[in-house]
Amino acid sequence: MAEKVLKGIAASDGIAIAKAYMLVDPDLSFEKTTVSDTDAEIQRLHDAFDASKAELQVIKDKAVENLGAEEAEVFEAHITILSDPEMLGQIEGKIKDDKVNAEEALKEVTDTFISMFEAMTDNAYMQERAGDIRDVTKRVLSHLLGVTLPSPALIDSQVIVVAHDLTPSDTAQLDRKFVKGFITDIGGRTSHSAIMSRTLEIPAVVGSETATADIKEGTTVILDGINGEALVAPTDAEISDYQQKAKDFAAQKAEWEKLRNEATVSKDGKHFELASNIGTPDDMDGVLDAGSEAVGLFRSEFLYMNSAELPDEDTQFEAYKKVVEGMKGKPVIVRTMDIGGDKHLPYLPLPDEMNPFLGYRAIRISLDRDDIFRTQLRALLRASHYGQLRIMFPMIATLDEFRQAKGIFEEEKAKLVAAGTPVADDIKLGIMIEIPAAAILADQFAKEVDFFSIGTNDLIQYSFAADRGNERVSYLYQPYNPSLLRLIKHVIDAAHANGRIAGMCGEVAGDQVAVPLLMGLGLDEFSMSSTSVLKTRSLMKTIDTTEMAKLADKALNDCVTNEEVKELVEKNVFGK
Amino acid sequence: MEKKEFHVIADTGIHARPATLLVQSASKFNSEVTLQYQDKSVNLKSIMGVMSLGVGKDADVTISAEGADEADAIAALADTMKKEGLSE
Repeated sequence: MAEKVLKGIAASDGIAIAKAYMLVDPDLSFEKTTVSDTDAEIQRLHDAFDASKAELQVIKDKAVENLGAEEAEVFEAHITILSDPEMLGQIEGKIKDDKVNAEEALKEVTDTFISMFEAMTDNAYMQERAGDIRDVTKRVLSHLLGVTLPSPALIDSQVIVVAHDLTPSDTAQLDRKFVKGFITDIGGRTSHSAIMSRTLEIPAVVGSETATADIKEGTTVILDGINGEALVAPTDAEISDYQQKAKDFAAQKAEWEKLRNEATVSKDGKHFELASNIGTPDDMDGVLDAGSEAVGLFRSEFLYMNSAELPDEDTQFEAYKKVVEGMKGKPVIVRTMDIGGDKHLPYLPLPDEMNPFLGYRAIRISLDRDDIFRTQLRALLRASHYGQLRIMFPMIATLDEFRQAKGIFEEEKAKLVAAGTPVADDIKLGIMIEIPAAAILADQFAKEVDFFSIGTNDLIQYSFAADRGNERVSYLYQPYNPSLLRLIKHVIDAAHANGRIAGMCGEVAGDQVAVPLLMGLGLDEFSMSSTSVLKTRSLMKTIDTTEMAKLADKALNDCVTNEEVKELVEKNVFGK
Repeated sequence: MEKKEFHVIADTGIHARPATLLVQSASKFNSEVTLQYQDKSVNLKSIMGVMSLGVGKDADVTISAEGADEADAIAALADTMKKEGLSE
């Protein structure tokens, strides 16, 4: 038996067996002390600076080699900070004048710089530099204290990364050649780390709670991203067992690959549209690999989040055009800016709110700051000329909001047409259904809106009044609860009664238990991570929609709980 | 002492990569090199100093150098300013 079996959330399919790499900050705490030999203390400081610089040079070279010059630039910035004579001079001065230890002097001086840069709230670039100074300080401190700081860019053998959580800058440094999978303490299926693991197509388990405490550096770990488990220090028998499972999984994947160019049709011959969710134009490779029939959700936030200022019209236009052209005439649904909630822009400071998910976000910002909105719409309109582009507004609660958004769209379209800019004339305008108020009034919306796309993550959060980031209420994430299914059925029926399309672009659209039910309810379009597309196509081919309509009817009217629905589907569809 | 005035034309001012390159260029010389903006002047070999000035577009700044290689330093810095699109 393995030393320990950790359970978490299965974030990304696959099985990996490798040694653990602990991406965990060591203890960097220290006491403030008085020193008598200040010259010796200053020498200690210089040694730590030199060692940090040498280390960063190695990391930088490695990063250039593994990840490219752009990702490595941050380390160059770190080296420049370490070479700053003013900063070093101030720290030396503190040691000399106040007779404090190097650790304390370092902290006091860098804290001043950090707060100075952080105070420049109108300048995202300077605020980011505060983070750089913090990183550099950590590195120097680790040398002063004689502990080792983990450096993901230096990983050069096959490992499973173990971390409390993975930040975007951590994941940017991970080299796919060596990182075979990862496991974190916190996070859910929709957290940054989980989404990244699916994009990188490496197995991952998130939310294990105790991975960093239960796993030691160098221990062999079996990571089962299919069942959300990790075996710590497994036996030889367990290793060979999982090697077999990994082979089976690879064979299964190869089977799915064969479906790449096939249409998505149920057992009884009904066609469904299988689409991909993407975050950036770089994700197009995955879309084409999976043989998706559309891009069902192009989150436009990346344009805003990966930038130091509001992205201009041309930058946006190029990004949209790339995706639209890449799909060669197949539909691309772009969701307009969905900022707010847990997504912030350093250059667009939003006031702190008690309930950011219920506050100023998405379309609410777009309608208020129509200058930002108009720029985006113009870029989208120009891109529409190059393929089949559709536009979707997020967080619509009322018909008024949709009418306003559509009005602004029409104004910008008229301006472009008057200026002779080529624009598609049949751009479909849709809304996300993620607020219960809009779901309930779907029959009225359907008269004016071209299509619906149900965003299940938020729809569940708002229907159950349960913050999706709060682990204490995570039991309320109930995607099969009859209440939610009834709401979904109402939306689909309302769309069909008016000749509209009903799609879904949340996690549930690729959920293997939910898919048969949604087929039974008549959902037209399913949009999910590209890595789930072939698996879902394979499942759909085995499903009879008439039978599923009956099963869905049972789920909606006879079942009472989330669990009951799950069992019903598992028993009737998967024979469990 | 050698000095030269510059009018900043870059949209982002003296920030980001150009600032780093300017500091790296200044650091190659033995002379003391300073960057003056409005009534403040900082050591041009200090990235923190340069960034804390917050030099924006259309600012008029003066770079001065004092030491044995002062003329070379000013020439090299003028070159960097131009090459990085900070000034004409």
